[in-house]
Amino acid sequence: MRTPIRRARGVRRALTGALLAGLTLLTTASPASPAFADGPSAGAGPSGDSAGPTEAGTTFRTATALAQGQTGTAQASTGDYLYWVFPADAGQRPTVEATVKLPENAARRSASTWQIDVYDGLRRRQACAYGHQTRKAGAEAATVELSCALRPVRAWSDPWANEPLPGSYYVRLTVVDLPADQLGLPIGAEVRPTVKEVGGAHDVDGTLSEPLVPGVSVASAGDDDGAGASAAPRTVAAGEPEDGWASGRWTDRWLWTVGGGVLAALAAVFGYSLTRGRGRPSHVPPGV
Amino acid sequence: MITSKRLTTGVAIALATLAAGLGTAIPAAADEAPAAPSPKVELVLDVSGSMRTRDIDGQSRMAAAKQAFNDVLDAVPEQVQLGIRTLGANYPGEDREVGCKDTRQLYPVGPLDRTEAKTAVATLAPTGFTPIGPALLGAADDLEGGEGSRRIVLITDGEDTCGPLDPCEVAREIAARGTHLVVDTLGLVPNAKIRQQLTCIAEATGGTYTAVQHKEELSGRVKQLVDRAAEPTVTPVATEGAKSCSAAPALKPGLYTDRAKIAQHRWYRVDVLPGQELRASASVAADRAVDEDYGVLLRAVTVHGREIVRGSEAGAGRTDVISSGLRYPKAEVADGDDGDGKPAAETVCLQLAHSFSAPASVKRSPGLPVELTVDLVDGPGDASDVAAFGLGRGWWLLGALVLTGLVAGLLTGWLSRWRVAVWRTN
Repeated sequence: MRTPIRRARGVRRALTGALLAGLTLLTTASPASPAFADGPSAGAGPSGDSAGPTEAGTTFRTATALAQGQTGTAQASTGDYLYWVFPADAGQRPTVEATVKLPENAARRSASTWQIDVYDGLRRRQACAYGHQTRKAGAEAATVELSCALRPVRAWSDPWANEPLPGSYYVRLTVVDLPADQLGLPIGAEVRPTVKEVGGAHDVDGTLSEPLVPGVSVASAGDDDGAGASAAPRTVAAGEPEDGWASGRWTDRWLWTVGGGVLAALAAVFGYSLTRGRGRPSHVPPGV
Repeated sequence: MITSKRLTTGVAIALATLAAGLGTAIPAAADEAPAAPSPKVELVLDVSGSMRTRDIDGQSRMAAAKQAFNDVLDAVPEQVQLGIRTLGANYPGEDREVGCKDTRQLYPVGPLDRTEAKTAVATLAPTGFTPIGPALLGAADDLEGGEGSRRIVLITDGEDTCGPLDPCEVAREIAARGTHLVVDTLGLVPNAKIRQQLTCIAEATGGTYTAVQHKEELSGRVKQLVDRAAEPTVTPVATEGAKSCSAAPALKPGLYTDRAKIAQHRWYRVDVLPGQELRASASVAADRAVDEDYGVLLRAVTVHGREIVRGSEAGAGRTDVISSGLRYPKAEVADGDDGDGKPAAETVCLQLAHSFSAPASVKRSPGLPVELTVDLVDGPGDASDVAAFGLGRGWWLLGALVLTGLVAGLLTGWLSRWRVAVWRTN
């Protein structure tokens, strides 16, 4: 099966691509890559789907699936642990933003500290490179806003490393510090995972055969799997990114490298021509 | 494999579009597994004397609960089997002994007849004691059988003063029976003791606690919990890890649960073929009052005890679960060294250790709930270079290439001029 070339989705990638492809086009007859041709149409990125799920899961297993850019809302009680799951692919930098609507002041009399944690498909906690992962809300605050930007997702990493890899990402939202008498009060939660294309700078060699989605092998193996796979429904945790998982074959490094090669060839021709003057003088007869 | 899945998705989408165009519900029906086990929910309602108190939006607690039940019964999803159990509904006397056994199934768990269930609820009048423990035990028995998820929604306004059965211990016991039972609690009175007891029950089973102050909150929350039960989830398989790798159970890809006591680690085994990647993740839930600092360690070890890879995590503060995971890609062997043409699988031992600790007053048994996922997929493509395909990127690369090209062009030009000059002079 031929692998379709990964579509360039990022604006930055598209820009770089345009620059380099422009250079290539100016000088040679070679067409821009088909991947690039798809760039502008697919460049919008997140689906912008406003009608997201209105429930949240309470464990890893029951986490509610969100698409990239989709907003998930939930009504819950303070003290609940709320889980969502979304997909992120190589070359993307996921950012999770969460807003908690705190209980009305009548019922609430003290400050509380809220936190989002992001876990990858192996349930390994992923560090937030920046963002307000934990925030304290004062007694008077009506909402608290949290965010967590992960490191860029890589296509491959050593098994001994903790790099973000393509696959499902779990978001857990909870209160971490709260007086006991404030438990169980109604809150509203809103979570929105977005991704930003980071471009080829983070394109590494190697790929995973399957994204880090829990249950992926059971889902693909079917029901001939013996004791481990019971008759229970097997749901793959998170959906795919909008245009499928990347094959790992496309990277804007192709453009840089090919463009570099073309420029080098031009430079060589230019350098050669410098040493030759303006060609054979017209008054010199041939064969002399 | 990724690509072929993408293709399948594409086909599925195309089919779905087609089906939607025809105005049928084929995709939805196809999504439902052939015989999806129906989730079971039991609503456990406190009908003790104190439910007479009028403090919920000017109504008595009982009236609010009845109204909430009516709303909920109207909105129960089709596939959910719902039952109702009461506590303290029948014995009006003062004898503690008798009153503390007063729990009865009002409506059996099964396909719901809304009118019948509503009539049954309407007959209730606040009466007796609050035997939460026995009610939970009864509810757990009512929900026995079947493969689906089980949920108990406990609505109460008083703490269990019956003793000696601590309802929190009861909840932990029934959760440990391996029946994936979740107890959600709703407290009608913002009282420290009740809250403490109800949060403990919820925590012990992975459920939630809600303090109800208004009528709408009550019906909204119960509806939400019943709907949550209807969500299709993967049911884990119970397993029991061993004290050593040699005695450990062999796991196939799937989702497992186990119990690990405090200061106890567990061993499991997985067979990994060459060229396969083992993915394992484990989470240990804090289902009781544990100390503030904790951690988890998941190690992949060879049968000879050499550690291959580990995943570890530590944490501090309030948490429901601590989890970690690991990947172990087993390299392809260069042409099998085996007897029958197939390369032999390597047995990988998985050790799960956690460092939860608890005050001496906290019961050690049953152990903390463990969830383990095991996946076996094809190994990853090897990385021969840091950058993708060893390709370059950036202005420095471009500069270097252009400079090299220029120098090469100049040299070639000079060289050929020099050669022409030499040839001429000869």
